Amino acid sequence: MATLDKKERLKIQRHAMPEQDPMVRIANFEEVNFGFTPNLAIEEAQRCLLCPKPLCVAGCPVNIDIPSFINLIAEGKFTEAAKKIKETNSLPAICGRVCPQEEQCEGVCVIGKKGTPVAIGHLERFVADWERTHGEISVPGKRPATGKKVAVVGSGPAGLTVASELVQMGHAVTVFEALHVPGGVLAYGIPEFRLPKDILGSEVDYLKRLGVDIVTDFVVGKTSTLDELLESGYDAAFVGSGAGLPVFLNIPGENLNGVYSANEYLTRTNLMKSYLFPEYDTPIAKARGVVVFGGGNTAMDAVRTAKRFGTEHAYLIYRRSWEEMPARLEERHHAKAEGIEFVFLTAPTRFIGDESGWVKAVECIKMELGDPDASGRRRPVPIKGSEYMIDAELAVIAVGNGSNPLIPLTTPAIQTNKWGNIIVKDKSTSTTKSGVFAGGDIVRGGATVILAMGDGKRAAREIDVYLKSK
Amino acid sequence: MNKIVKKRMLSPVIAEIELSAPYIARSQKPGQFVIVRVDDRGERIPLTIAHADAEKGTITLIVQSIGKTTTRFNLMEAGESVADLVGPLGKPSHIQYFGRVVTIGGGVGTAIAWPTTRAFKEAGNEVISIIGARTKELLILEQEMREISDRVIVTTDDGSYANKGFVTDSLKGLIENDTIPNLVLAIGPVPMMRAISELTRTYAIPTVVSLNPIMLDGTGMCGVCRVSVGGKTMFACVDGPEFDAHQVDFNGLTQRLRSYQKEEKLSLELLKSWER
Ligand SMILES: Cc1cc2nc3c(=O)[nH]c(=O)nc-3n(C[C@H](O)[C@H](O)[C@H](O)COP(=O)(O)OP(=O)(O)OC[C@H]3O[C@@H](n4cnc5c(N)ncnc54)[C@H](O)[C@@H]3O)c2cc1C
Ligand SMILES: Cc1cc2nc3c(=O)[nH]c(=O)nc-3n(C[C@H](O)[C@H](O)[C@H](O)COP(=O)(O)OP(=O)(O)OC[C@H]3O[C@@H](n4cnc5c(N)ncnc54)[C@H](O)[C@@H]3O)c2cc1C
Ligand code: SF4
Ligand code: SF4
Ligand code: FES
Repeated sequence: MATLDKKERLKIQRHAMPEQDPMVRIANFEEVNFGFTPNLAIEEAQRCLLCPKPLCVAGCPVNIDIPSFINLIAEGKFTEAAKKIKETNSLPAICGRVCPQEEQCEGVCVIGKKGTPVAIGHLERFVADWERTHGEISVPGKRPATGKKVAVVGSGPAGLTVASELVQMGHAVTVFEALHVPGGVLAYGIPEFRLPKDILGSEVDYLKRLGVDIVTDFVVGKTSTLDELLESGYDAAFVGSGAGLPVFLNIPGENLNGVYSANEYLTRTNLMKSYLFPEYDTPIAKARGVVVFGGGNTAMDAVRTAKRFGTEHAYLIYRRSWEEMPARLEERHHAKAEGIEFVFLTAPTRFIGDESGWVKAVECIKMELGDPDASGRRRPVPIKGSEYMIDAELAVIAVGNGSNPLIPLTTPAIQTNKWGNIIVKDKSTSTTKSGVFAGGDIVRGGATVILAMGDGKRAAREIDVYLKSK
Repeated sequence: MNKIVKKRMLSPVIAEIELSAPYIARSQKPGQFVIVRVDDRGERIPLTIAHADAEKGTITLIVQSIGKTTTRFNLMEAGESVADLVGPLGKPSHIQYFGRVVTIGGGVGTAIAWPTTRAFKEAGNEVISIIGARTKELLILEQEMREISDRVIVTTDDGSYANKGFVTDSLKGLIENDTIPNLVLAIGPVPMMRAISELTRTYAIPTVVSLNPIMLDGTGMCGVCRVSVGGKTMFACVDGPEFDAHQVDFNGLTQRLRSYQKEEKLSLELLKSWER
């Protein structure tokens, strides 16, 4: 294939991701996006200018060599492209799907300055899927066993990444997971229609093939404390326990039946597969009207889940507006196409129940944007007397998560800040307890998959150094 | 996979199931529970650790068939395994010397009260146990409770065995006879716990109840188990399951327990049609 010059490359329009029709997909839980075909991928790859000083690489938190892998795609070398990505990112099928690309790699792509950026995320996803479905997943050679053992608490992206890195360095790794399925938010939070669970499953299988031992149904701090694990022969530990504590609104009526935390609503659906009830045992409530509060990925996942349960009016209620929503842009567009009713500059004030104690409406108040707050975003302030009712028999609260206090509570030497996040020293991943490292949401508060993975990578390097110094 | 090592029926609807669970057996304390998932499509349900044997590495659960999951579980036999078993969860009971402690178990609640009652006895308390059931054949653990109590009072609602009446009547009898407890622990159906709580409130007797809201993860992650205690929202799986009875909003608890009645009925019917 002849290589294109810059002008020719710039002429190619960004390729749209083939996807399920919105009216079809709101009746199923299958993945929205179909993925690029090989032809689409090659054509999209040809748009990349292969910049000598690529901005996109700096925009990616783990600095994937983007032009190189894209160039391999353009040459039709998909398996090689996947290998290239895996040099820096062990979970490309996941990141390609869930990274907020518009704020990271694609947000700074030079082509995006005038036109639309290269679809880096879609391409990353394409090669990862290609590798998986073409049976070409190679297990890299391991370094000789060091005889050292590391305990990892939590099997979210942070824990999975640190485990994968450490085991390849020759250390023995056991991952302890409280739930019955590994994956953290990837398993219980992000829905099937955005991240099919068999993709997560094959990533976990891959780790097992690398030799990582994954123990589910084990709550560190309860089943055994971290100190007990360390005494029983682990030489170091990594805590990636995430930000799993639901935040409620503290408004009247919150304990009515039909009011869910997003964690509960999504866990029932994704982890327990309540969308397959009664084939699966765990039930979930359905309603004609559903209100979801929040503006992040969690809120978006909850409201789109509700739509798929046959909800007539699925409202997303957010106290700011479209521009300020932290959710991924793609999800916001998908939600809009699916008929989600966005209600901006609005906040709930109380829930109203019926005689049986089930929620039937929510009273909301309108907001206006005032002066900017510490985050630089304009702060919403309630407009007096603007209260009104929205009918809904189900409500989901998705306004953020706190950090799970279990590990700090049961491991006194680990210090936390006032939000309950584990304190790490000097931008490293070491905690205040020697030999214990931490990363991901338990350190950052609610952040992203790729940042959690980045922490896992850094922690693996630091743990390796620590183990060698011991 | 956690294997069932022993099983026997204590009553037509209550099974005693001993499972292999070495870690849990070692770290559990009275008042804590586990979450069980019977099979791959199963729900996660909370069950109290009635007994543990650290040396053998087993824990014993006492389970009453209520809906689909408990019915399925109670049909399992020794040699079979449950898909998942996680714990020990929840805060252990607060055990110390109070003086005279009355522990009250209604129905399968007796199984939940059993380990804590033993711990009260071991802490030097004078222990009086009141155990009740609807009818004679639903009464469990009478002998076991006798072994660890200074006195045991047995009631059946229908009078088919021992005293006819409710456990509240027996507690009232004790109080009126000047056998005033320093602490009451009451575990059983919500209406029973509420009635005990109302009774002891009038006499200002400190009372603890073990609450049984719907749970999902059991680790403080989902909030479904929230109960209002003293006007504050608590998560029973991490802040409880034991709370000060006089602070508990029993109405709220009753209401939230009804969240999935329709679905539970369907599940049980499907199970029964499948058994046939
Ligand atoms: C609904 C939802 C949607 C999201 N969508 C996106 C998205 O599209 N893109 C994106 O980049 N980010 C998204 N995020 C954020 C992202 O998922 C998180 O930042 C990321 O998962 C954090 O990874 P982690 O490894 O730190 O923790 P988690 O993924 O939270 O995993 C922590 C794990 O540790 C386990 N655990 C906790 N305590 C213990 C213990 N004591 N013992 C044993 N195990 C324990 C938990 O059960 C859990 O499995 C989303 C988050 C949510 C909730
Ligand atoms: C901390 C705790 C300890 C418990 N210990 C014991 C015990 O030792 N022995 C025992 O027999 N029972 C115990 N229970 C109650 C037991 O968990 C329920 O009976 C069981 O979950 C019912 O499940 P099911 O599918 O059989 O019935 P379902 O038909 O699903 O439900 C029947 C009723 O049980 C309650 N329930 C339903 N789902 C749940 C759930 N996920 N969690 C809690 N309650 C639910 C509701 O009131 C419901 O109406 C305990 C409950 C809690 C919270
Ligand atoms: S990992 Fe995320 S940020 Fe990095 S290149 Fe891939 S999609 Fe972009
Ligand atoms: S910045 Fe854009 S055009 Fe340049 S290398 Fe990266 S993806 Fe290609
Ligand atoms: S059961 Fe989920 S928080 Fe208690």
